[in-house]
Amino acid sequence: MSGWFGFLLALALAAALTFLTLPVVAIFAQQPPGDLVSALGEEGALDALWLSLRTTAAAVLLILAVGTPAAYLLATRRFRGRAGLITLIELPLVLPPAVAGIALLAAVGPSTLLGRAAQDAGLQLTLATAGVVVALTFVAAPFYLRQAIAAFEAVDTTLLDASRTLGASPARTFARVAIPTALPGLVAGTALALGRALGEFGATLMFAGSFQGVTQTVPLAIYDRFATDFTAALALSAVLVAVSAAILLSVKLVRGPETVAR
Amino acid sequence: MRRLAVIAATAFAIAGCGDDATVSGGGGKPQIVVSAASSMKEALTACAPDFLDATVRLQFAGSDELAAQIRQGVPVDVFAAANTKLPDALAQEGKLGEPVTFATNQLVLAVPADGDVDSLDALQRPGVSLVVGAEGVPVGDYTRAVLARLGPDRSKAILANVRSNEPDVKGIVGKLTQGAADAGFVYASDVKAAGGALRGIELPAALEPTATYGAGVVAAAKQPDAAEAFVDDLLAGGCHDALLAAGFGEP
Repeated sequence: MSGWFGFLLALALAAALTFLTLPVVAIFAQQPPGDLVSALGEEGALDALWLSLRTTAAAVLLILAVGTPAAYLLATRRFRGRAGLITLIELPLVLPPAVAGIALLAAVGPSTLLGRAAQDAGLQLTLATAGVVVALTFVAAPFYLRQAIAAFEAVDTTLLDASRTLGASPARTFARVAIPTALPGLVAGTALALGRALGEFGATLMFAGSFQGVTQTVPLAIYDRFATDFTAALALSAVLVAVSAAILLSVKLVRGPETVAR
Repeated sequence: MRRLAVIAATAFAIAGCGDDATVSGGGGKPQIVVSAASSMKEALTACAPDFLDATVRLQFAGSDELAAQIRQGVPVDVFAAANTKLPDALAQEGKLGEPVTFATNQLVLAVPADGDVDSLDALQRPGVSLVVGAEGVPVGDYTRAVLARLGPDRSKAILANVRSNEPDVKGIVGKLTQGAADAGFVYASDVKAAGGALRGIELPAALEPTATYGAGVVAAAKQPDAAEAFVDDLLAGGCHDALLAAGFGEP
């Protein structure tokens, strides 16, 4: 690692660091911090922040409630087609947001059978807050599922067997042994899903629209202000950077330095 | 080291970043970048290949987004907006040459072909969902100006039914064709471009629903001569004819 090769490695790292941090730093450097804070006082910005928090929380709760048992099943049972199922579940992970928006419109849009059934049942999805939650859940769930499957797979099966031998029911084994053991991985998956849901833009705009307090989340509010009020767009971006950094940091703290690579 | 450089060069070439160099360096036609309002997409996409003085690269978005890009220094040669306010403002700031008005468009009430909204009055009914352009986007500003001429009570009742403020006119059209909303305000040319999917309801002349489109050569244009020629083409040429064919009017 000495001589020209070591220099090359250092150069590559310097290039990567500069490229990745410069735009983020610029968000904070373009305007005095006071202007950013006062731009957040605007009513629409607070509405967007509040809506983003609510919809992200709802989406992540849905993902945890359904995703945790689903991931446990996929991690602990071996059956035909399991690999294919996991690939299907992971697909939204690599779908562009615009495709996700179109896909949601095609599946549960107002001109589809399912969409009409939901509407008849009193559940308005498009142009409504519920639609935002659907879009966030769709794009963020695979991030949690992937991590959760890996975390449950890493749980020592002798632990689960011991719990069963000692008389615990499968449900109790899941709740009292599997989940606590897999917790660091589950937390990491939750954080990834949180980050993805907070940043969702394309699918939300296409499927749910953009209306202050109802469907205009922070990324949509940033886009809305980009042309008319650049300072406000910067301020909201700064908030998203701070929240995302906090999520990332808390994951590192929960998992400890030695397990981060997993 | 050399291999790394080759990989980097290949990555940029794959992304098409090298286009500019080949165009300005060779003896071929110059290339101009035209930032145009979303509502002109069909018309300009049809006429641009026939423009002789340059290869035209078109980018469409809400006029306000495009103006913001030009303010931020994005290299563009021509700015064609769905109003005269934005080109005039950019000209005031020294970012755009003297703007010209080259076309008009009619703001109309658009409904899905099988929709049951049939008049402005129907928009005041509770439960009707309406999609409009966001404030600052020309189509959104025209919509609010037209509604304001209805008087405060009627305009308030109609605006209370707005369910989405879209960043450009194509977003409104998409929500309508998908049946996500009952009605929206778009341009006559958008209804025409949507084929049979949308029905346009003309607005009374008293509401002054005519939108005037303005264009100009960007001050930082790399190809000012070709850009000027394209603006002339918008005024009276292939692109002007294409706009008329798409449902636009004479200025």
